[in-house]
Amino acid sequence: MHISRSIEILVGFFVAIGFVAMFFLSMEVSNLSSANGDGGYDITANFENIGSLKVRAPVAMAGVNIGRVKAIEFDPESFEAVVTMKIEAKYNQLPSDSNASILTAGLLGEQYVGLEPGGEEEVLASGSELELTQSALVLEQIIGQFLFSSDPEEE
Amino acid sequence: MLDYLQRLGATSLSMFERLGRGSVFFVNVLLSIPSVVVRPRLLVAQVYSVGVLSFSLIIISGLFVGMVLALQGFYTLSDFGAEGMLGVMVAASLVRELGPVVTALLFAGRAGSALTAEIGLMKATEQLSGMEMMAVDPVKRIMAPRFLAGLISMPILATLFSAVGVLGGYFIGVGLLGIDEGGFWSQMQAKIDFDQDIINGLIKSVVFGWVVTWIAIFEGYDAIPTSEGVGRATTRTVVHSAFAILLLDFILTALMFGDV
Amino acid sequence: MAETTPLIKVRDVHFSRGSKLIFDGVDMDIQRGKVTAIMGPSGTGKTTLLKLIGGQLRPSAGSIEVDGQNIHQLKHKQLYQLRKKMGMLFQSGALLTDITVFDNVAFPLREHTKLPESMIRHLVLMKLHAVGLRGARDLMPAELSGGMARRVALARAIALDPMMIMYDEPFTGQDPISMGVLVQLIRLLNDVLGLSSIVVSHDVKETCAIADYVYLVSAGKVVEHGSPEQLAQSDSEWSQQFMQGMADGPVPFHYAAKEYAKDLLGVEA
Repeated sequence: MHISRSIEILVGFFVAIGFVAMFFLSMEVSNLSSANGDGGYDITANFENIGSLKVRAPVAMAGVNIGRVKAIEFDPESFEAVVTMKIEAKYNQLPSDSNASILTAGLLGEQYVGLEPGGEEEVLASGSELELTQSALVLEQIIGQFLFSSDPEEE
Repeated sequence: MLDYLQRLGATSLSMFERLGRGSVFFVNVLLSIPSVVVRPRLLVAQVYSVGVLSFSLIIISGLFVGMVLALQGFYTLSDFGAEGMLGVMVAASLVRELGPVVTALLFAGRAGSALTAEIGLMKATEQLSGMEMMAVDPVKRIMAPRFLAGLISMPILATLFSAVGVLGGYFIGVGLLGIDEGGFWSQMQAKIDFDQDIINGLIKSVVFGWVVTWIAIFEGYDAIPTSEGVGRATTRTVVHSAFAILLLDFILTALMFGDV
Repeated sequence: MAETTPLIKVRDVHFSRGSKLIFDGVDMDIQRGKVTAIMGPSGTGKTTLLKLIGGQLRPSAGSIEVDGQNIHQLKHKQLYQLRKKMGMLFQSGALLTDITVFDNVAFPLREHTKLPESMIRHLVLMKLHAVGLRGARDLMPAELSGGMARRVALARAIALDPMMIMYDEPFTGQDPISMGVLVQLIRLLNDVLGLSSIVVSHDVKETCAIADYVYLVSAGKVVEHGSPEQLAQSDSEWSQQFMQGMADGPVPFHYAAKEYAKDLLGVEA
């Protein structure tokens, strides 16, 4: 079968550009660069209510993304939600008494875990648990509190 | 009434018969693939005719789809004050759905119908018979290289479609509509997950490539060897491919993105 | 007549396509080194017979032996091995349309042998020379006339030096010169290369000019067989009508219809 050189070159170009497109999509469009295999370490936190927090939600400190929620489980003994978070390896100087709150990004935004630094010298390591947590604000509870607590004539 | 049911039954039976023939055919093609690996020139020639020649169609379509997505999306998202999410919207739509599906539909129309016509014509002019009598197995020589070429080309084309679409969305969104450039890319990078979105989109395009090429080659092989028969086979390729793509897309989407 | 065993033995072959019975118990012997003609009216399935012999179709009953092997019992690999020794010339030539004449003739050589290109070139040129088309080697099949295409297909059929060639209606639709060329080639190649040839045709004059033995097939059976001279003297009315090309005889001129006067004028004759 006689294949002209130009056809072979074009096919090679075609396949190569396919790889380039793939590379572009992986690096520029998706989270491949930040999400994978940096190492990183896992920490956990228990919440009374996680609201609408989902796996892969961001974990941020001072508004900067430092990790992701890895898993959410229910503890049948304490009846609390156990949230496992993967923190990027380079952020390994976080005080062990930092507190975790579930916050909402923007008005329609997703919920994420916000960390606030404490003052301890000890730092978080793999397997550490954050003691201080703030559950998500559930809209109905807030409205309920507001409705049933602000009527002074009921007293 | 009885007559109608009878015809319905006969049609269903013939559908199953075709599916059975098609499956046996496919297994034959699959078993012939090792012989293609030994003769890369056949494969290269086919990748050229199936993939490279579809290149410009896919690039242009991808560009325009991306641009339209940005345009439409902008106005809808503005109502919610969520223009910043335009990048995510365009990228997610393309990578998860439009890239694989639209590329597959275009591929079926351009490359699929061409394959069917080529093979059907070979059948009508007795070239396939002639090859058999020359002790050359047409499945190995003609069908298997074309199948592999389709399987390889589809993911490449779908990836190109998505990539170019995102760029098109960028040009319209950032260039024309004035969305913040940094926000466009960073939101996209934060929300589009490699495993969930890109890999799944890739898997879809491979599945579509397999199905469309299979249908195209089989319809050609099975065509009635007259000019009318080949014409009808070509139409069948496009129609059946479209059904198959959309059905499989639904199933795959449900499986992949269902529980996110 | 011959001490040597026939090259091909067709025994009691039955074949149907759908509900249509095409062959209803056909027996034939194709002798080695001879040109055997199979003739009959259009549509009797003569091409089908060639496909049965080549193993592309399976008979519903009966057997076909080629060179001592029952062709329908062979495994895929063995069948393909046997086919390398069989050449077939299709009605349309069946050349591969996307490659040149040279590449078409070289095709079986490149596929089945590991000969170097220089040797293949020699062989291809020799085969093309044998059919008189060495100068046409760089043309594309679309540029050839029907007759030329068939000659190229013939060159291709003899590329691997087969032991037999089957010709499917080689004379149909040819102008007198091309016809003359083909007639001469078939006989010449058969004798010079020691081939056995089977010619399926309904061109009585041309075929009988070169055939050593003729089988007349009609309505799924062998009506008569013998040398061309024997058939010319045949007692059978049908054979006479066929061989002489008479318009009316056992095969009537008029297709079955109502009485002429009644049909035309609407009155009883």
